[in-house]
Amino acid sequence: MAIQDASNPMATAESPVRTRRRLPPELSILGVMIGMMLLFEVLGWIFVGQSFIANPLRLKIMILQEAEIGIIAVGVTQVIIMGGIDLSSGSVVGMTAMFAASLAQSADYSHAIYPALTGLSPIFPVAAGLLGGLIVGLINGSFIAYTKIPPFIATLGMMVSARGVADWYTNGQPIGNLTDSFADIGAGWWPVIIFLAVAAIFHVALRYTRYGKFTYAIGANPLAARVSGINVERHILLVYALAGLLSGLCGVVHTARAISGQAGVGVGFELDAIAAAVIGGTSLSGGVGRLTGTVIGAVILGVLTSGFTFLNVDAHYQEIIKGAVIIAAVVADQYRQRRRRSV
Amino acid sequence: MLSPTTAQLVRESGAVPNAEYLLEVENVRKAFPGVLALDNVSFRLKRGHVHALMGENGAGKSTLMKIIAGIYTPDSGSFRLKGQEIRLTSPLDALQYGIAMIHQELNLMAYMTVAENIWIRREPLNAFGLVRHDEMRRRTRALFERLDIAIDPEAEVRDLSVANRQMVEIAKAVSYDSDVLIMDEPTSALTDREVEHLFKIIRTLKAQGTGIVYITHKMNELFEIADEVSVFRDGKFVGERAASDVTRDEIIKMMVGREITQMFPKQTVPIGEVALSVSNLTLEGRFHDISFDLRKGEILGFAGLVGSGRSNVAETLFGVTPATSGRIVVHGREMTIGNPGVAMDAGMAFLTEDRKESGCFLLLDVLANMQVALLRKDHVFAGFVKEREIEVLCQQQKASLRVRTPDLGEPVLNLSGGNQQKVLIARWLMTHPSILILDEPTRGIDVGAKAEIHRLISELAGKGVAVLMISSELPEVLGMSDRVLVMHEGRMTGIVDRKDATQVKIMELASQ
Repeated sequence: MAIQDASNPMATAESPVRTRRRLPPELSILGVMIGMMLLFEVLGWIFVGQSFIANPLRLKIMILQEAEIGIIAVGVTQVIIMGGIDLSSGSVVGMTAMFAASLAQSADYSHAIYPALTGLSPIFPVAAGLLGGLIVGLINGSFIAYTKIPPFIATLGMMVSARGVADWYTNGQPIGNLTDSFADIGAGWWPVIIFLAVAAIFHVALRYTRYGKFTYAIGANPLAARVSGINVERHILLVYALAGLLSGLCGVVHTARAISGQAGVGVGFELDAIAAAVIGGTSLSGGVGRLTGTVIGAVILGVLTSGFTFLNVDAHYQEIIKGAVIIAAVVADQYRQRRRRSV
Repeated sequence: MLSPTTAQLVRESGAVPNAEYLLEVENVRKAFPGVLALDNVSFRLKRGHVHALMGENGAGKSTLMKIIAGIYTPDSGSFRLKGQEIRLTSPLDALQYGIAMIHQELNLMAYMTVAENIWIRREPLNAFGLVRHDEMRRRTRALFERLDIAIDPEAEVRDLSVANRQMVEIAKAVSYDSDVLIMDEPTSALTDREVEHLFKIIRTLKAQGTGIVYITHKMNELFEIADEVSVFRDGKFVGERAASDVTRDEIIKMMVGREITQMFPKQTVPIGEVALSVSNLTLEGRFHDISFDLRKGEILGFAGLVGSGRSNVAETLFGVTPATSGRIVVHGREMTIGNPGVAMDAGMAFLTEDRKESGCFLLLDVLANMQVALLRKDHVFAGFVKEREIEVLCQQQKASLRVRTPDLGEPVLNLSGGNQQKVLIARWLMTHPSILILDEPTRGIDVGAKAEIHRLISELAGKGVAVLMISSELPEVLGMSDRVLVMHEGRMTGIVDRKDATQVKIMELASQ
């Protein structure tokens, strides 16, 4: 019997194994995340004499920190899956922070930016922030889709310009005295809830809707996508618009949490968001990636930052190690892809 | 064995070893995944001779030349350069041995000057190791003077016409002063006057004792410039003749003379009304004045050499590259097809020529690859894909086309070429097209899968689908088509009925 099987390998290859189990690719990243937390736990007991994990306050700070990056990362993950990149998100946060804050000032403040528009319902500042982000996204998307300039260049230009708008808006002056009802948006667990809600919505969209299927298809092969009847230009515009909208949302949440609008906020957010996506397994060459991975990637960045702070590691070393982790994630991704190709 | 560096030293010393054959290649074999590109091929090149290579596309000529130029490594075979055993492992080796190649596709760097392109890796340096541009310019001028080429050495390559780029490529290859010069269809981008110029250069090189391998599809060039001709077919060497005592017909027979081994299950089906009517279709710079009617149940073959514009016509019909002028009437309705979506809505489907380039989403799974065209119209509710419904349809296609994959979740990358092709066919069948455009539907897939695809095409025609099939394989075109439209250099040279269609007739129309 055994001999017969060996002589006919096709028999096993052809037998229907329809429900062959595939482990979700996030599992390995999740493992890395847990491993990191355990490492900090052990190092914590050795060097600091306390637990890393069993400290709710630290975990809360860590998660809140990454929730904002996470909101951007949800957008940029989709852009990267579609084969693009968005460098403008950090500047958009700064810009929309100013827009939102200027419409969120309380009525009893005498030096308001728009004295006639104080004490408004929080809907207005939120709408202003989202709209600002959406417009930036539409501009990014139309340049990339219709003039065919590389996304890197288009969004690099926008990164500079949007920061300019943020600075110009009040000549660099911060905007304070925001209403309590607006500040509530950033209070407590709200940023985390917003992040997870956004991640869940777009996770479903990517996995189960036509929007998602087309996003993956364009990232995997834009030419084949076009020949398959997909309106590639329109879809590119849509995805960048959504990414801009999410950057705007991040700007709103950040402003509400800080209870002040500052033109300089969000610097480097775009790179952290890209890092979260890449650590989470999204391939910069497009066509591959999942939002569950991005969420884990964002948490890994948070664990790194708060872990090193907890261990009193010098901030400069933190940056060096964070950079190394990002590169390691991409190297691992390359390795995975090469192994897949050689199959 | 002679090493590349020794070979170069010997060449630079000016010593001329006295062998009759510059290059002897024996029993070369090269397989690519799924295809045996060269099957025990041998080839010899005499000093001061022009040796033409002919054969249909895919016959193995270019593969053999790329092996001789060190670009591909053969699976087996031996090489002798002027009687000395050599081994080629890289293009650099080949150059040091004195073998230079002018590629079919241009390999120049667009944003560098002509001089920089020619002397790349061999730039004259000064004492500080910096490039001496004046000397480079001087050498380029001298080279161009010798070859009688009038191009500014300082011009950037991207500003040159395609013909001038080709001349730069030729000058670059000559600048290596190589003993063996390989030219892969060097005249495809040249006008008659430039071809004359090239032939003059070739004659000069011949007189200096250079051996030239000349790949071409053009009969008249063969008789004008070649001393010998070798014919290849399906990766095999068919024969060698002296150009002076061979006729055009004889060569065509050698090129296409294989027997039709596969059975083409062509059914005779009633031909219905006109499904697609095209008149004077033109895409400026690609093809001109293409006119034909395609009827329901009919299979219209498109024959012609690669580069004759067949695929461009298909792309234009499907809206990938919209036409610059001409009329397209689909099912009696005149249409402007500006993008593939319009064509799909009119009932068309298009299986592209290059599976990897414009067909498959290699990283995505079989399901995603199959369903993508279907999602445009149906099986979506409020943006959500009806996954169950689609999976059932895809499973049906997988079963009926016998796609060999463990399951629909397998990345398409891991499938064989034939199975990838079936996945793409499934993609289009699910849209129930009434007009099916197939560009090289069986390229690079094994015989078994080929026969299955042929049977399928016949069945579809039997159901009243109008099929337009482009193919470089003449037996396939002849075996499957009701009529054959032949193209040559962007123009249609004739439509031949099935009963009148022979390989020789079509080759004549295709090579004029």
